[in-house]
Amino acid sequence: MTYIAKPKFHHPGLPKNELGYTHRDYEGKISTLCAGCGHDSITASIIEACFELSIEPHRVAKISGIGCSSKTPDYFLGNSHGFNSVHGRMPSVLTGANLANRDLIYLGVSGDGDSASIGFGQFAHSIRRGVNMTYIVENNGVYGLTKGQFSATADRGSKSKKGVMNTDNAIDLVAIALQLGASFVARSFSGDKTQLVPLIAAAIRHKGASFIDVISPCIAFNNHAGSTKSFDYVREHNDAVNRLDVLTGRDPITVEYAPGTVQVVEQHDGTRLALRKIDADYDASDRLAAMTFLQKHAAKGQVVTGLLYVDPDAEDLHTHLDTVETPLNRLEAEDLCPGTTALEKINASLR
Amino acid sequence: MPDQSPISSVNDFVVRFANVNGSGSASANELFARSILRHGVPVSPRNIFPSNIQGLPTWYEVRVTEAGHLGARGGVDMMVAMNPQTWDKDVASIEPGGYLFYDSTKPMPSSKFRADINVIGVPLTAITNSTYTDPRQRQLFKNIIYLGALCALLDMDPKLVEQLIGEQYKGKEKLLSSNVHALHLGRDWALQNLKCPIGLQVKKSDKVGDRIFIEGNSAAALGAVYGGATVCAWYPITPSSSVAEAFTSHCKKLRHDPETGKAKYAIVQGEDELASIGIVIGASWNGARAFTATSGPGISLMTEFIGLSYFAEIPAVIMNIQRAGPSTGMPTRTQQCDIIACAYASHGDTKHVLLFPEDPAEAFEFAAQSFDLADRLQTMIFLMLDLDIGMNHRLCRPLKWDDARQYDRGKVMTAEMLDEPGRDFGRYLDVDGDGIPYRTYPGTHPTKGSFFTRGTSRDRYARYSEEGAVYADNMQRLVRKFETAQDMVPRPLQANAAKPTKYGVIYFGSTAPAMDEAIGLLEARGHQLDRMRIRAFPFHSSVASFIADHDFVYVVEQNRDAQLRQLIVNENGIDPVRLVPILHYDGTPITARFIANAIGDHQDHLKVTPLRKAVS
Repeated sequence: MTYIAKPKFHHPGLPKNELGYTHRDYEGKISTLCAGCGHDSITASIIEACFELSIEPHRVAKISGIGCSSKTPDYFLGNSHGFNSVHGRMPSVLTGANLANRDLIYLGVSGDGDSASIGFGQFAHSIRRGVNMTYIVENNGVYGLTKGQFSATADRGSKSKKGVMNTDNAIDLVAIALQLGASFVARSFSGDKTQLVPLIAAAIRHKGASFIDVISPCIAFNNHAGSTKSFDYVREHNDAVNRLDVLTGRDPITVEYAPGTVQVVEQHDGTRLALRKIDADYDASDRLAAMTFLQKHAAKGQVVTGLLYVDPDAEDLHTHLDTVETPLNRLEAEDLCPGTTALEKINASLR
Repeated sequence: MPDQSPISSVNDFVVRFANVNGSGSASANELFARSILRHGVPVSPRNIFPSNIQGLPTWYEVRVTEAGHLGARGGVDMMVAMNPQTWDKDVASIEPGGYLFYDSTKPMPSSKFRADINVIGVPLTAITNSTYTDPRQRQLFKNIIYLGALCALLDMDPKLVEQLIGEQYKGKEKLLSSNVHALHLGRDWALQNLKCPIGLQVKKSDKVGDRIFIEGNSAAALGAVYGGATVCAWYPITPSSSVAEAFTSHCKKLRHDPETGKAKYAIVQGEDELASIGIVIGASWNGARAFTATSGPGISLMTEFIGLSYFAEIPAVIMNIQRAGPSTGMPTRTQQCDIIACAYASHGDTKHVLLFPEDPAEAFEFAAQSFDLADRLQTMIFLMLDLDIGMNHRLCRPLKWDDARQYDRGKVMTAEMLDEPGRDFGRYLDVDGDGIPYRTYPGTHPTKGSFFTRGTSRDRYARYSEEGAVYADNMQRLVRKFETAQDMVPRPLQANAAKPTKYGVIYFGSTAPAMDEAIGLLEARGHQLDRMRIRAFPFHSSVASFIADHDFVYVVEQNRDAQLRQLIVNENGIDPVRLVPILHYDGTPITARFIANAIGDHQDHLKVTPLRKAVS
C-alpha cells in the first residue's frame, strides 16, 4: 500500500460521461492492499465500468464480506453506501438490502474464502433466488489476510508458497453458479481489463443474479511457480471463448463483424451484448453446453474466461415475490398499517 | 361407586385430552375450548405436544375458570383418554374423585382403572364404525362424537357448539351438517346411556366480555404488520415457525395493493438462521423495517450478526419464542431460558434491549413498538416470547391501535437535511448527548451522507480506526445510548399488596397469569407481597427502588439459573442475598400452585418464632 494521500485535484480536461461525471467521481479511498494486488485492477475495472455506464455513483450499494477482496468497496464509488459485513455473509445482507429498495444497483464483492468456504451456502442460495445483483468473486485461491492458507478454490495439486501440496479438490464457483441457475455467468482475469470491464458493465445491466469469477493473483502469497492462480499460470492457460462489447445506446451496431462471428443478446433494459466469438462453437445462451465445455477444458488445465452464459429474459426475486414497484423502504404508515377498522374486524373474528 | 366422593365443580375444573399426534383431535379439542368461551366462561387451553409429526402422544388441556385464572393449574379433573400408549400415566394423573372418559368399545380389565375415580365409558369406535365406512371420516368424526358426549356430561348448550361449527364450516354445508350430526350422535348416546350431567358442569356466565382468543405468535405477527415491517426472513424452528406463517397469512389479507394486487412486503424463507438475520440486517440498513422469528438454537447461530447490529448500529428485530434448552433441549416445551443469551449476545462488550410481553395482547403491542425502538435506538430489539404464550390460544384484551399513530423512524438524515448550510454529518457523531447518531439510507444524496458500514472500529465519521481513544469514545457512546433506551422501553408495572409488607416479588412474561393467581393463594395463607412485572431490559430505575423498598424480593422465573435475577444483580449492583430465586424449569408452564407453595414455604420459615421469645 502507499502512504501518500490521494490528491483532491481534478484535471480540468478529464473526460466526462453522459451525466457529466469524471472518472474521479467513481473512485474511493486509496487502497490499502499490497502494491500489484490483482484486486486493485478489479477495483479499477469497476470504476471504469460504472463510468462508462454513466451510473449515478450514489445509486449503487456496495456490499462485501470479510477479507482482502471485501475491503475493496472502500476503494471505489466513494459516494455510495458500502457495507463491509460479516465473513461469508455478503449474499444475505445484499439480499435483504435488495428487498428493501429495488431501485438501487447492488454490487456484491467477495473472495474465494468468503464465498467458497465459510459463505458457500449463502453464495449458493442468493444465486438460487435470483437476487438482482452483480456478484464478483475476487478469486486468488488463498487466504491473504491470515497469510497464505489454501482456500477452497485452490486447484488440487497446486503448491502453496511454503511448498505444501493441496490435496483437496477445488470448488469451481462458475460451474456451481451455472448449475444453480445464475442468469449471467462470466469468468475473467484481473490482468485483462479489456475483457473484464465490459463483463462488469453487462452484469450490472443484467436483471437477475449475475456472477463473475475473477481470477486475481495474490502477489504476496500465491504468485509463485506451482500455483495455478499466479499471473504467469493464468496468462498461459487463459482460454477466452469470446470478447464482449456492451452497447447501451439505441444506435445501430456500427462495428463491422464478420458473419457468424458475433452473437448479439438484448437484455431487459435494452442493452445489447455483442459477443465476438473466439471459440466459434461456443454458444453463451446454452447453459448445459457451457457446463460441459467448462468441465472438459478444466480437465485439460485450461482457465475458460469470457461471458459463459446469459439468459436475457431472467426474472429476479422481486418478480417472484410480486412486490410493489415502490421500494419497500419508501412505504409509509398509511401504506403499511391496516388501521383500527381492520383490527376491530380481526378482534371480532377471534371471539 | 368410587371410594372417594366425585369432584363437584361448576365452571372451575381441568379437562385433559390424551390423543395420538396427527389424529385430527386438535380441531375438535379447540372446538371444545371455544364452546365453553361461548358460555361466557373463560378457559385457558394448552397444547402439550411432542417433537413429532404423527404417532407420538399429544395432550390438550383445558382449564375452565370462571375466576379467569389463565395460568396452568396443575392436576386433572377429567381425563379424556383416547391414547392407549399413555393410558396408565393418564389414569394415574387424575385427581381423586375425578373422571375418566374412555372408549369402551373393547372391554378393559379392571386392573386398568382406579377405585377412587369415576369411569365413564362410551363405545366411540362402535358408534363411529356403525355410522361411517370411510377410515378418514371414522377418525375425524370420532373426535366430534366424544365432543358431543362431553357436551351432555358437562351440561353444555349444544346450540352454542353448533353455532361454532356453523362459523367454522360457513359455505361448506356438507361438512357442516355431517359435523353437527356427529355431535348429536355422541350427545344422544350419552343422554340415553349415562347419568348426565356429572359433577363437573359448565353454566352460562358473563366473564369473557369482549376479550379475544388468540395465539401469541399470531398476535406478534399482526403487531409486525401494524408496526410496518416489510421484510421478514426466517428459518423454520419450533416453536417460532407459526410467527412467520401468521405474518404471511396476515399480509396476504392486509398488505396487497388494492389496485395492482402486488405485495407491500417480502418474505423469504432463508437457508438457515444466519441468512435470515443477514437479510434482516441488510434490509434494515437499507431503511426497511425487518424482522426474523426464531428460538434458542437460532439465537446461538445469529450471535455474530447480533454483535454487528450492536456495533455498526443497524436496527433489527428478533422475535425469540423460547423453548427449553440447552442445545436442542426440549423443542416443544416452554421455558424463559434465553434471557442472558439474548441480553449479552455476541462476542465483545454488548448489551441488547429485551421486551417481555405477558400475553398475546402485549405481544401485539410490543411487536409493533419494537420496530419504533429499533429505528430510534438503531440497534437489535429482542421480543421475548415463549412457547406457552406463542403456541397456545390465550384469552386476552382486544388488540388496540391508534390511527393517529405514526412510525418513529428515528434519526434519519434526508437529502434536504444534508443540504442545510452548516450541517455536519458524521454517522457515529452524537449531536445531542443521547448516544444516538444520525444515519442516512443508501442512495440518499449524490455527494453527501454516504458512509462505509463496518463491524470494525471506526471514528465518529465512520472512518476505520484502531486508535484506543477513538474506540473507547465509541464504546462509551454505546453505553450512553443504552441508558437512553432505559426510558424508552415499556416500564415495569407495580401492584401493591392489600396490606403493607416487607416482601416483594418480581416476575415477567408468561409467568404473569400464574403469578396473579398465586397472589390470591398466598393471601389466603396470610402472606402479603408487593409485586412488580418487569416488561423490558434495560431495567427502569424503579426496579432498583422496588428492591430497595423491600427486605427481600422473590424473583420468579422459568429457568434453572435464575437468569433474570442474575441480570438484575449484575446491572443494578444488587446484593444477591436480597433476591430469592423461585425457579420452575421442567418444561411445563409454571403454575400458581407451584409459586404459592414455593413462596409460601419460604415465608413460613421466616415466621418461626424466635427462640428467646418462645422461652419468655
